[in-house]
Amino acid sequence: MSINLDSKIPAGPLADKWDNYKSDEKLVNPSNKRKFKIIVVGTGLAGASACATLAELGYQVEAFTFHDSPRRAHSIAAQGGINGAKNYRGDGDSVHRLFYDTIKGGDFRSRESNVHRLAQVSVDIIDQMVAQGVPFAREYGGMLDNRSFGGAQVSRTFYARGQTGQQLLLGAYQQMASQVGLGNIKLWNRMELVDVVVVDGQCAGIVTRDLMTGEIISHAAHAVVLATGGYGNAFFLSTNAMACNVTAAWRAHRKGAAFANPCYTQIHPTCIPQSDDFQSKLTLMSESLRNDGRVWVPAVAGDERAPHLIPEAERDYYLERLYPSFGNLAPRDISSRAAKRAVDSGRGVGPLKNGVYLDFADAIGRLGKSVVEERYGNLFEMYARITGEDPYTVPMRIYPASHYTMGGVWVDYELMTTIPGLYAAGEANFSDHGANRLGASALMQGLADGYFVLPYTISNYLAPMLNKAIPDTNHEAFKLAEREVKDRYSRYMSIGGRRSPDYFHREVGKIIWDYCGMERNQTGLEKALSELPALYEEFKTDLRVTGDSESMNQTLEKAGRVDDFFQLGMLMCKDALDREESCGGHFRSEHQTEEGEALRDDDNFAHVSAWEWSGDPTAPILHKENLEYEVVKLQTRSYK
Amino acid sequence: MSHSLKNLKLKIWRQKGPEDKGRFETYDIPEISDEASFLEMLDILNERLITDNTEPVSFDHDCREGICGTCSLMINGQAHGPQRASATCQLHMRTFKSGDEIVIEPWRASAFPIIKDLMVDRSAFDRIIESGGFITAATGGAPDANLIPIPKPVADAAMDSAACIGCGACVAACPNGAANLFTAAKLTHLNLLPQGQAERFKRSEAMVETMDSYFGSCTNHGECEAACPKEISVDVIAMMNSDYRKAKITNRKTLSRT
Amino acid sequence: MAQTLRRGPVSGTAVAQKRKRKPFLVDLYATAVGKKYVMAITGLAMIGFVVVHMLGNLKLFQAETSPGVYPIDAYGDWLRSLLYPALPKYGTLWLLRVGLLGAVLLHVHAAYGLTVMNRKARPVRYQSSRDYQIATFASRSMRWTGIIVLAFIVWHLADLTLGWVNPDFVYGEVYRNVDASLSRIPVAIFYIIANIALGIHLFHGVWSLFQSMGWNNPRFNSWRRSLATGIATAVVVGNVSFPIAVLAGVVSHPSV
Repeated sequence: MSINLDSKIPAGPLADKWDNYKSDEKLVNPSNKRKFKIIVVGTGLAGASACATLAELGYQVEAFTFHDSPRRAHSIAAQGGINGAKNYRGDGDSVHRLFYDTIKGGDFRSRESNVHRLAQVSVDIIDQMVAQGVPFAREYGGMLDNRSFGGAQVSRTFYARGQTGQQLLLGAYQQMASQVGLGNIKLWNRMELVDVVVVDGQCAGIVTRDLMTGEIISHAAHAVVLATGGYGNAFFLSTNAMACNVTAAWRAHRKGAAFANPCYTQIHPTCIPQSDDFQSKLTLMSESLRNDGRVWVPAVAGDERAPHLIPEAERDYYLERLYPSFGNLAPRDISSRAAKRAVDSGRGVGPLKNGVYLDFADAIGRLGKSVVEERYGNLFEMYARITGEDPYTVPMRIYPASHYTMGGVWVDYELMTTIPGLYAAGEANFSDHGANRLGASALMQGLADGYFVLPYTISNYLAPMLNKAIPDTNHEAFKLAEREVKDRYSRYMSIGGRRSPDYFHREVGKIIWDYCGMERNQTGLEKALSELPALYEEFKTDLRVTGDSESMNQTLEKAGRVDDFFQLGMLMCKDALDREESCGGHFRSEHQTEEGEALRDDDNFAHVSAWEWSGDPTAPILHKENLEYEVVKLQTRSYK
Repeated sequence: MSHSLKNLKLKIWRQKGPEDKGRFETYDIPEISDEASFLEMLDILNERLITDNTEPVSFDHDCREGICGTCSLMINGQAHGPQRASATCQLHMRTFKSGDEIVIEPWRASAFPIIKDLMVDRSAFDRIIESGGFITAATGGAPDANLIPIPKPVADAAMDSAACIGCGACVAACPNGAANLFTAAKLTHLNLLPQGQAERFKRSEAMVETMDSYFGSCTNHGECEAACPKEISVDVIAMMNSDYRKAKITNRKTLSRT
Repeated sequence: MAQTLRRGPVSGTAVAQKRKRKPFLVDLYATAVGKKYVMAITGLAMIGFVVVHMLGNLKLFQAETSPGVYPIDAYGDWLRSLLYPALPKYGTLWLLRVGLLGAVLLHVHAAYGLTVMNRKARPVRYQSSRDYQIATFASRSMRWTGIIVLAFIVWHLADLTLGWVNPDFVYGEVYRNVDASLSRIPVAIFYIIANIALGIHLFHGVWSLFQSMGWNNPRFNSWRRSLATGIATAVVVGNVSFPIAVLAGVVSHPSV
């Protein structure tokens, strides 16, 4: 199948595009909506909000989650907040400014029309979530409170303590639950998508595996929405939840959905460093800590003294030294790379020499312990619980970790993938954040897609299909997909090697992190591209899965996910190698300014790289969607 | 910083499936580092079991930072283990001493049937939410977010109870297997807010009665509060009890009008 | 109530269960929360009785007004003719008795219903030992202290109201009957144990009833525990003082 990257951007001035789209789109009459079945895979912010809204409109919705409950999705772990261009502060915020900040934060690698629509609907999201009963922080007058966030000069972030993601997800989940209760949504829990079925070039449904019984079941529908999150766990160690995986997106990719910009991954600068080889995941510490903490490492490599024994003169406060105006508040990608260089130069701290200090001694001296405790008390407590060290007396140790993936399934303005009838929403798609995502924008995008975009764009696709029969699950394409899935899972069971899926995940993650992590270069990426296929061969011959495939088997689930991470990993490296420039989260050491900043190449790389599956994971086919900027002028980001 | 290694004896409940009777099995697990989290300790055990060609222990877990509510486990007779105000995933091995025997059992309640080993099915909680744990506000029709001011103390109190992660520790810890803390936390969150008033009594009646069809009754032991990773107070149960009574009377009046 | 694992999609869970409306009170009583209201209200009535009963009985310690005339006997007479002549003699007393009997029966019935429900909620118990954090001995032994108190009530009525098990019972002579009964050491011990059980029951019950009724207010929440402790202590001290006084000879009727 050839891939057609038609972004379907509506006509008209940027600010009117979405309204124009809404006035021109085809609608489905309310009494006809129940004739359409829509499958939504994933129940995070994007999935739950899409399920709820589509069901309210009257469509038959079937929701799938591989968790025990829709409320477990990893959207729940977002801490900071959600942006909304409400301008409640009167500080000069507007839809246009949020749009511009997002484009600039994304290092001019996102589609203007999509980002503008995101900024437009951000306003409605806040209204909708408050109506759902989300207990956002309030001022004494009873009005909503805001905080400011990196990359913006206005206060537009709404928050609910440090648990904004949780409260938003629960709001969307509850709205969805009410529709399940009313019978408008069929909810399947502990069901994992294992294949996407395409008939005559259109998405016809999905194949799932029941995690409790191992049963392979087909589901037919008029349209399928993938809201299955990002692929940050390709690195093995990341701040993602243990179960986060790329399988749904990858299976769609293999069936014809282009995968866009896989090398755009975001690294969060303040996570707790790895403490042991068996560490299973990394924990993020709020970036707000950098407001008062000072980042430093010993001035010379090999200094093994305890931090309080190192005199001021022998410390290197490298962020303050390199970026005097932003100092410890330098943007995420810049401070992450600076930390990596400090550690790579042998000056890392901690037992494994894999962190840098974030020191609050000055802040405690200046503000007093009680003020510091008031501001960061619960973060300090969390840190102490995990590391066993008291950050009031010993400087914290931090190190960057993979956190979010801007790349994902390629979608057009309607969020439709290159497979007609298959949509991708939330972190699973690539659309809005370009090469770098601003803080508090992930929640915004998930909810925008689910609440305010998909419900409109899906009807445009469905309307012409009224009263046309769709293939049912007895169609040979479903049977074929079921057979392939069964074969794949029985193959995992029967290899009978020596290594567990976790072992391979750890190994593949290490390669991707080392060569396609914070800083990439040609040699490293080529090395990764030669090591990955070899390791993948080993995976196929030396995997061991114990137990059986007819009952709950977490090892088997993991094997399927790791298989897809291998294939994705190769694509990530391939994409990173192909993109001969640095932009946002993608930093190629060959392409940097004299000061070590990212050096974009707008002449050759102002495009989206959308990869087509060729059948061979090492040889994907590249397609380009050129990014045209009508409103924004391309500039160099500077945080000096 | 101590980097001591511990030798531990684990007594873990193994159960092949819902129908199996199940039994404890003992595993010696040497050289566990202080730095390991409790679940990483189980990961290590599972790796070793796979190496020995034995089926690893199934247990629920996901975010490993105490917010998703997927992890469970009764550890030495306490839901989520000995550390207060935290979920199992936030428990670290430095809490234990070398030579300790750690007993790990699944949550037990008839509404939480065991799927396998330490994994239980908590979907009864979803049924409670589906019966009324929401505010009906269809997408698109919401008024401006600042239209209804909400006093800060009210918003804060609602947030306190909305912090529930739905892990089921309250049911597990309750000597009666009651889900009052879970149900009441959601009711209190929604019933305190102005947006929640229209459905307040319908919600209270529906959620309490759905809860009743799955779980035991509250006899005010307070174990749920002690086990709750988010330290939600039993005060929310008092509010639920009061709202349910009002709901029964109000709903009866409303019904007689129709 | 028992849940079995079920696969397949879930839908319409809130509309499927249209149950038939029963009469209001029966409907309310059908749920666990409703039963707890009944436990709390009947409990409150019985607490009122126990406290008044104990206070009334303190008249045992009042000296004879004239030889052979004891204040507690006069108090008994007064109770029997409460609200007379508005109501017939014994009328008020019987109203109270029927009310209390009803309260006891409802309290026991609700407790039984809740116990059955709780057993069903955890048919397979924990196979390892529990490590309770907050639950007190009082809260976990409510069933047993309740049964002891119930047995005691039956004995107590047979002993001092009906006189069936009292060796030297004379109708209306309260002072004499108390002395006659509690001079028997096993009876006195039973009396003491039962009242300690009652105290333990009240220690949890008084606090618990506020929760069950939803009487919760940050202003007085901290007083609930003190009130429970106060009432429980007063009842135990007051009631246990009677058998001790009898055994010590402080309460002694000349003809016993």
